[in-house]
Amino acid sequence: MSLEDQELSELKSKIGREPTPTELQIVAAEWSEHCSYKSSKRHLKMLPMTGPLVINEKGYDSGVLDVGDGYVVTAHIESHNHPSAVEPYGGAATGVGGVIRDILSAGTRPIAIFDGLRFGNVEKDLQARWLFKNAVTGIADYGNCLGIPTIGGEVEFDECYENYALVDVAALGFGKKEHLIKNHAKKGDIVVLMGGSTGRDGIGGSQFASDSLESEDRSAVQIPDPFIEKLIIEAVLQARNDGLIHAMKDLGGGGLSCAISETADALEIGIEMDVDKVHTRESGMHPSEIMVSESQERMLIVTSKIKLKKLQTICEKFRIGCSMIGQVKSDNQVHVKKGKKTFANLSADVVANATLLDLPSKKPVYLKTIETEKKFKPISDYSKTLMKLLSSPNIASKIWVYGQYDHEVGIRTVVKPGKDASVLRLDNGKFLSAKIDGNPKHCYINPREGAIGCFEEACRNVVCTGAKPIGMLDHLQFGNPKDPEIFWTFLESLKGLTDFAKFFEIPCVGGKVSLYNETPKGPIKPTPVIGVIGLIDKKPSVSQKISEGDCLIIIGNTKNELGGSEFFEYVHKFVGGKCPVVNFDDSKKNMNSVLDLIKNNLIKSAHDCSKGGLAVAVSEMCMTNQIGCTVSLDKVPGDKLTVDRILFSESHSRYLLSFDKKNLSKIKDLLKNNKISFKEIGKFGGENIQFNNKIQSVVKLNVEKTHRVWLNSLSDLILHGKTS
Amino acid sequence: MKVGVVVFPGSNCDRDMYHVLTDVFHFDAQYYWHEKGLPKNIDAVILPGGFSYGDRLRAGVIAAHSPIIKDVKKIAEKGIPILGVCNGFQILVESGLLPGVLLKNESLNFMCEWTNLIVENNNTPFTNQFKINEKIPIPIANGEGRYYVDDDTMKKLKKKNQIVFRYSEVVNGSSDRIAGVCNEDGNVVGMMPHPERAVESEINPIDNKPSSRIFESLLTTMGVSK
Repeated sequence: MSLEDQELSELKSKIGREPTPTELQIVAAEWSEHCSYKSSKRHLKMLPMTGPLVINEKGYDSGVLDVGDGYVVTAHIESHNHPSAVEPYGGAATGVGGVIRDILSAGTRPIAIFDGLRFGNVEKDLQARWLFKNAVTGIADYGNCLGIPTIGGEVEFDECYENYALVDVAALGFGKKEHLIKNHAKKGDIVVLMGGSTGRDGIGGSQFASDSLESEDRSAVQIPDPFIEKLIIEAVLQARNDGLIHAMKDLGGGGLSCAISETADALEIGIEMDVDKVHTRESGMHPSEIMVSESQERMLIVTSKIKLKKLQTICEKFRIGCSMIGQVKSDNQVHVKKGKKTFANLSADVVANATLLDLPSKKPVYLKTIETEKKFKPISDYSKTLMKLLSSPNIASKIWVYGQYDHEVGIRTVVKPGKDASVLRLDNGKFLSAKIDGNPKHCYINPREGAIGCFEEACRNVVCTGAKPIGMLDHLQFGNPKDPEIFWTFLESLKGLTDFAKFFEIPCVGGKVSLYNETPKGPIKPTPVIGVIGLIDKKPSVSQKISEGDCLIIIGNTKNELGGSEFFEYVHKFVGGKCPVVNFDDSKKNMNSVLDLIKNNLIKSAHDCSKGGLAVAVSEMCMTNQIGCTVSLDKVPGDKLTVDRILFSESHSRYLLSFDKKNLSKIKDLLKNNKISFKEIGKFGGENIQFNNKIQSVVKLNVEKTHRVWLNSLSDLILHGKTS
Repeated sequence: MKVGVVVFPGSNCDRDMYHVLTDVFHFDAQYYWHEKGLPKNIDAVILPGGFSYGDRLRAGVIAAHSPIIKDVKKIAEKGIPILGVCNGFQILVESGLLPGVLLKNESLNFMCEWTNLIVENNNTPFTNQFKINEKIPIPIANGEGRYYVDDDTMKKLKKKNQIVFRYSEVVNGSSDRIAGVCNEDGNVVGMMPHPERAVESEINPIDNKPSSRIFESLLTTMGVSK
């Protein structure tokens, strides 16, 4: 966990001398993949990052979107995969803490948390169960204590994460535009370290996260303290209101090394600091330990001499540490001293800007044959198959998870977790809708189309609440980038996301790349996780209760795209086939039509059709409304397919709409006008979820019984080890 | 009409409570930091939810020793209405203003869900606008919400009509499904569920918002007509 030989000689030639041991530690932290993005940075530039609503300022750790009336929304996504795989409780909890401070450092109050969790086969693998349970508790304990609602997310299990964990956390912030911190500093300003004390926890965390997980280095995992974080939030926001903050950055990966050098580099200043001034939780720490410690709940603040006193008074009120650790200089150097003795003196530019790599890529060999299907055993009872899917860990209700998260604190939550996307009310009368989605099964089969599919799915979810997508967050998680085949999958996913973002004019407002996600059995499947933020100007579409006699329309074509579907993988235990492909034109038309229908109050609810396909989506509508539905599979538009494929294909751009019969002709007219492929396929009523093919009954399940199974199977598995 | 909202380090429903008091019910509400005193002319005090002191040692136990609690006790003796919600209830219990303790939920998990309350006592400043046995849909959000008292105290609670709310069904293993209690005089009330999360139709899936009457009861007590 240090610099590679070539990087060391580069450093020597850049500074013209031998680096000191402390300098080596600082540079190793900052040039790690985790902090420098050295493998990915030159490619990430392809994503569109500007737009009419995007506010770009230097030194922001989160994206900023203008939502009108003088208000802004901030957004960011991070992961804490390596730490969570070793110590799931602390790893997941500090993952929340880190992303919250990114939101805070723009000067906005964090208002929502989302988490995407991925583990191994939770049915067979007890370690996966342990990791899952503890990661959920870690997120709950941290977020609940902060009083920030965790309002959405996703949970997925796949054998590719065996002995490993992906813990992604996204957060949203809200505030007044005038309160945004305009990062600036001038010579003589004071550099303050605020918050928790610095200890030996999390030492080398960023390098730990930039390598394959070979040792369970628990000392590289940070220790969470949500109470201190809560105090920091309140203290920072008060200091912000009082105009005491010139520049601010949170301490995350790379600790002080990263915060100091990146601040100095972004603001084109020098910073001279004294490690003796840093408040530590243990004595005898070496300067290099202080510089790379990743102890949590710390903020770096630049203020003026005059404002310092007021800042200290605020910190005293909240009883949090506030150390004046250094001063702003005009020389662009990062100068680290202990008392009078210099331990490091490097150009901020050298530290903060690692040489970017241009890694080779090559199409993986496995992709040559992946689309070939095998012959499957015929299924005799589709009711059983559907029940099996509805109780499977990936599709069963996640109420056991979000029921442990306070998702209502802050009293903004209009649409609560468990629906397509969650909706928050904002102070200007508008509403914000957000969702994160990933699909490694699709991405493994086709990294480009799979990534686009995740993006579209998140958009569909947001659209179902009546929101127009205004920004996206991308979190790109892959294995070792030095393997050209893995790097190819990274590039393909990125290109796909870029194409979709440009076509839909949805700017990327934040993101993260996490590489070296390897398990003892090899790399994880490509796992981009996409967050989409949507804005609703007037009223959100809050699903109205479906009643007897209401109709069901499907928008979008159902195609022979079952590769990576839950049906192939969970039921047939087969990895392969053609994965769903998004047709951009159809996607746009369908999205806009759903928004039109919602705007005109023509439908009761819209539901996205995704994992588990039409069969699962219809069941979800029935179960959450406690009503039956009869669907004619022969009417479903799209390819001519066998019934199992119509039931379980995961084709994109599809929406299910429930509505009062009286609106049927208006809805049909609107959809015909917009040239949408759609069909009225069913009627709600009775107590069974029923799928017919012409006159033949294919599936018949009792709603109440199915609902109970769907609701309880995940907690039965986690708490009692019961598998269906 | 002056209502104090007490803020401890780690309180996190203080802003929600303040919003509801001022913007929805038009009280003259003010925050009071735990190290400050309360003014003598205050008309009611609310201890909001959250994680005071990060729930260290035990929920509410450190905050129960905050300087402001002395004033809260004085005010309680004068018969002025005091409401503790969630962590506020835990603090009132830990400070001895209310009987009983709050233990970890039977599931050992934090629970965030909607449940139903049954009104058992409509003779408090926060329940006088309800009928006995009336049902209130309301959310809970806590990890240590299981109310427990020993048998003798339970007898006393029943005799003195100190049980204010019960859950309509078993939620977390509370003794006798108790969700809220009051002191003998009835002016100090504690409850685990969050009424401030249920009074605005925008965020409340149940449309008649009976929780509003907790705040309307206080308005009535203070002589303000609806």
